[in-house]
Order: sequence, then C-alpha cells, then structure tokens
Amino acid sequence: MSDGEHRGPKGLGFDTLSLHAGQVPDPTTGARATPIYQSAAFVFPDSDVAVGLFNLERAGHVYSRLSNPTNAVLEERMAALDHGVGSIVTASGQAAIHLAITTLLSAGDHIVASRSLYGGTHNLFQYTLSRFGISTTFVDPRDFDAFAQAIQPNTKVIFGEVLGNPGLEVLDIPQLSKLAHDHGLPLMIDATFVTPYLCRPIDLGADIVVHSATKFLSGHGVVIGGVVVDGGTFDWRSKDKFPTLSQPYEGFHDLVFSEEFGPLAFITRARREGIRDFGACMAPMTAFQILQGLETLPLRMQRHVANALEVAKYLEGHDMVESVSYPGLESHPDYALAQTMLPKGAGAVFSFELKGGRAAGRTFIESLDIFSHLANVGDAKSLVIHPASTTHHRMDEASLLASGIGPGLVRLSIGLEDPVDLIADLKKGLRGVEKSLRKPS
Amino acid sequence: MILQLNGQQVYYGTGSGHWKKDAKSIVFVHGAGFDHSIWVMPARYFARHGYNVIALDLPGHGQSSGVLLTSIDAMADWVAQVIGAVADDANAQASVVGHSMGSLIAMNMAARHKAVVEQVALLGTSAPMPVTSLLLDAAKDNHHAAIDMTNTWSHSQRSIMGSSDNPGVSNIHAGERWLERAGKSVLYTDLAACNVFDAAELPPVECPALVITGGDDKMTPAKAGIAVAQMLPNAHVENLRGCGHSMLTEQPNQVLDALSGFILS
Repeated sequence: MSDGEHRGPKGLGFDTLSLHAGQVPDPTTGARATPIYQSAAFVFPDSDVAVGLFNLERAGHVYSRLSNPTNAVLEERMAALDHGVGSIVTASGQAAIHLAITTLLSAGDHIVASRSLYGGTHNLFQYTLSRFGISTTFVDPRDFDAFAQAIQPNTKVIFGEVLGNPGLEVLDIPQLSKLAHDHGLPLMIDATFVTPYLCRPIDLGADIVVHSATKFLSGHGVVIGGVVVDGGTFDWRSKDKFPTLSQPYEGFHDLVFSEEFGPLAFITRARREGIRDFGACMAPMTAFQILQGLETLPLRMQRHVANALEVAKYLEGHDMVESVSYPGLESHPDYALAQTMLPKGAGAVFSFELKGGRAAGRTFIESLDIFSHLANVGDAKSLVIHPASTTHHRMDEASLLASGIGPGLVRLSIGLEDPVDLIADLKKGLRGVEKSLRKPS
Repeated sequence: MILQLNGQQVYYGTGSGHWKKDAKSIVFVHGAGFDHSIWVMPARYFARHGYNVIALDLPGHGQSSGVLLTSIDAMADWVAQVIGAVADDANAQASVVGHSMGSLIAMNMAARHKAVVEQVALLGTSAPMPVTSLLLDAAKDNHHAAIDMTNTWSHSQRSIMGSSDNPGVSNIHAGERWLERAGKSVLYTDLAACNVFDAAELPPVECPALVITGGDDKMTPAKAGIAVAQMLPNAHVENLRGCGHSMLTEQPNQVLDALSGFILS
C-alpha cells in the first residue's frame, strides 16, 4: 500500500470541542452546564487515598490552588483545542507566562525572545525576571539569524507571539521551531491574538503555548485569566539543559519528572511546583465565565476576522491614513505567511498610522462613539487605544519610533458589531482629524 | 534506573522507590509503542507500599537500547532475564502486570517462566490479539495514521470527548504523544508480534491471575478479556464500566483499586 492511502480516524471538530471537550453532564446532578465547584478543598475518602493523591498515585483534586473540577474542564478544553497533552489555567495571562518560564528556567538562565511583544511581557522579561537572574535577549521576529546568534549556552527557551505587538509581524513558527529544536531548545508561543481557532502553534512545531484568556477566549471582557498549554512534544531528558525536569526534585522526594511522566513532564511539574508555590491560580467562577465564552469561540472569531478585514480595507483607502498594519492585507510584509499560517484570518487586532501625529491620534479617539477607549483587546465590543498618548505617553518621538510606534499610531481591536456601524464611527473620527488639521495653528 | 544486560542498556522506572533486598517485586510491562511512563501512578503506589518496582522499557522502547524483539516469546524471555538481573538473583520472583501487548508478555511468562511469576495481572487483554491489516499496513509504513488509529480506537467515546480524572490532562492527546515518542518501526514490530500470538501453544498458566477489562474497549473487547480469564484456572475479572483500552489514563484510580486489591491481598 502506498503511503498516501493510509487514513486514520478524524478527531472531533473544533466547534464540537469548544462546546464539549473536558465535560460530560454532571454525574451526580445531571447538570448540563459545567457546575461551579466553589470549594477550597476536597474530602479524602480515607487516609491511603489522601496519601495517594499527594504522592501522584491517584488522579483527583486536593485543594483548589492545585486543581479544581471547574478549572479542570477549562484546562482540558483548552488542551483539546490547542492539541496539547494538558493545560493549567492561571490568574492572568501574565501569570501563565510566569508559570511557564519559571517551570523551566532558574537564576543564571537566558531567554531569546522576539522584541515585538506585549508590553507586560516585555516588562516581565526585561526588568522583573532580570532581578531574579533570568536574562533576555530581544531580537527582530523576522530575523532568524538574529535568533540563532542570540542563543547562549545558558539559553533555555525561545519565546515569541504569533502576531507581534504593535507591528503585527507574523512569526514564522515552523521555521523558528526548527531553529529552536536544532539548538535543543523548546519554542514557547503566546497565541493570545489568534486563539486556537485561527492558529494552533503546537501543530506548527511549538512546544508550549500561553494565552491571556481575558481576551478572545472569553470575549466578554468580564474576567482576567491565563492558560499554559503543554504540547508534550519536547524531550526534556537532557540532564544539563533542563534540570527542573530531568534531575531529582528535592521538593517532591527526588521525583524526576521527565523519567516518570513521559510526555506529561512539563505540565506535571508546572502544577506540582509552580501553581503550588507561586499560587497564581484561577478562581472557579472565572473558569466558568471563560467556558461560557469558549462555547462560541469559533462563531465569534469568524465575525471578528471578517469585520477586521473589512475595517482594515476601509482604512487603507482613506486619505487621512498613512498606513495600515494588518497581515490580512496584501500590503503587509507578512501577508503571504499569514495566508499559510492563518488561513482562517489574521486576527482582529491591528494598528494604523494617522496623518497628523500625536495630536491627531488624540482627536481621532475622542471623536469615536462605538469604539471604547481602553487598554485591552479581544472583547466582543470594538476597542481603540492611542499608544503615544496612553501606554507610551512618557516616550519622546524618537523613542516611540524605535519601538515601532509612530506618534499617530492607533491600535484597534475589532469587535462583533455591524461593520457598517464600525466604519461609520471611524469615518467620524477621521473627519474630526481632517477638520483639526485644517484649522490654522 | 539503568542496567546493562547483554551489552545493552535496560531502563526501568522505580516509582521513586529504592530497591530493598527482602521486599516483594512487581514488574510493569507496557503495551505496543509505549514505554514505562504509562505506569507512573501504579508504580508510585506500589513503591510507597514497600514493593520493588520494575516498570520496564522493552528493548528499543523509551530509554532501553537494543534490537526490537519480534515475538511475545522473546519479549517474555527478556523480561524474565531482566528480573533476575535487577534482583541479582536467578531465582527472583515477581508479580507481573501487563497492559495490552504487555498482558500477552505477562501471560507468556506465567506459562513459560513459572518459577519467576508469582501472580499476573492482565489489563486490556485478548488471546489471540488480532490486529487489522489497515493498522498493520499503516504502522509498517511508519505512517501517522497508525498512531491515529491506535490512539482513537484505544479510547472510549467519553474519553475522546474528555472529562479526564487527571485534572487538566487531555488523555487523547497524551496518548498520541506517547506513541509519537516511539522510534521508527516500534509500533509495527509490536503490533505484528501481537497479531501472531497464539496462546494455544503455551503451557497452562497456574498462578493467580487478575484480568481487568474495559466495558468500552474497542481494541480488546471485554468479552475477549473474559475469554482469557476462562482459559486460566485461577483468574478473577474486574470490569471497568465505560472504560476504553487506555485504562491506565482513562480510569487510573479504578485500575489502581483493582490492582492493589489483587496484589496486596
């Protein structure tokens, strides 16, 4: 039989998994929705079972910092959607990145990261982790030679975002994965902007995926949460390189995670150390609310990307707009890569540069009614922010430009409203800018 | 732990236990394409309960080197030899627990190495254990469809949907990764050995036996496991309701309860 003739069974579809993965009707009550197990701790039936749960001989829940039945549904659903072996939900996206990094790295270790990162991640890597002896080299996400040259003997992970911030660079995950693996390193990817509906980094070669669940995964913008998904793809058994996984852990009676847990080594260590000791766990009520969002993720993402493309095309053709940076437009340098890596759409967050600089940015934002002016993305409602007058207001123009942020740069997160209304709102804002520029100074 | 045997590396997990000269031993034998780490929970349980645990990587699997063994007879002989080598005692005895292909190895050992085997536990078993040519052909070509078939058919419908007992773990994707870790031709060689296994050629098994069946096992249906138990003079059957073939991840607590009830008694 030729190779191409083999056909394995197909797994459940994304839409089905987003509704069902990780949950069956509650066996006790028959509840169809996921119950909120608002309990700090869980009763042991006897002492031997109690010891067994602590000693990782048995599956189950002990204390809601470590695991909780409501959280476990969200964790398993995210693992299923991202094609990972398991996941851990955390108090925030930042907590997810911190958990993933500290599961692998210790003082003296090094990260090579894309320089196009969410500001919070940049702060964590550049300023906070460095206080604890973990250093980072930031490189251009399109420059693979720079990634390779930045790798040091103490480098333990390569990190990037699927869509860079704020330039929306599309990270070539297959190529970066090959580079990372050729150097014996795992690739960790922040997929917040795309969700598993648009891109599954593990399928493209990444080993660990992190999300801010506050954004598109929830959609409603009412909770803060994060997720770490373990692909189970990386072999951690290199004794010198990944001692947290390949050497005896004194904090767990000399357990060697890579020896005992096989493909579940990383996620088990993250739960048994990172969540246990740092404690940035998710509240079960939050997990429940994120699950409500996940149920409609595929439907929402379809509308998000369709609206985003329509709005981006409108802006690209407007006289008051210098440029639009959206990988779904042919004008974006990564358009071809986006077509391959993100065939269902290039996300719903993008930026554009207004004519008229910093003052124009302020005028534009203050003229909008439907777009909400706030520091978030991925809400069902459309959002807008002008970095030069908010998140980056302390920077002078030269510093802004060095960070890829023009004085008139505006970031939009396109929601689920009628695109005609969104465009009308933006048109109003642009008219306001036009008028202000005509006024004699 | 690593042991050198006949010039090859033998790896076995101990469940974080330490070898004790006078303690009883328990050997865990994995199924086709897997390695010792599938036994993590029972290995840790029996280590804590004072057993010397030997959770093996068969030759060419996991961290054990050596040429892949092509018959259940050869695998059984190898495991028997390893038990003596680990214990440094040619007369060493052990309880032998096997899953799927590992159950055939355990059964074979109980029949042909009677002095070594105190009791056997056969999880997800069937004798014979025929493998469809669709799967064998794909495995022979090292095609990923073989992993998809093995993994999907090894899980109950409930497990495919999720609701894992192990918090946050997707058993269906974990199963896939376990099989993907196996080297080239490992899955095919194992499945081919299962396919030609013939229990009728074996001497009778006399030691106490436990057969654990999965009510929703599509690979080795419960009725096949019951038929195996009926071939054994001293066998007890535990059926796990709603459980597929991947019982060590689908219902780890129930497997542990059945094993501990049998072995510790």
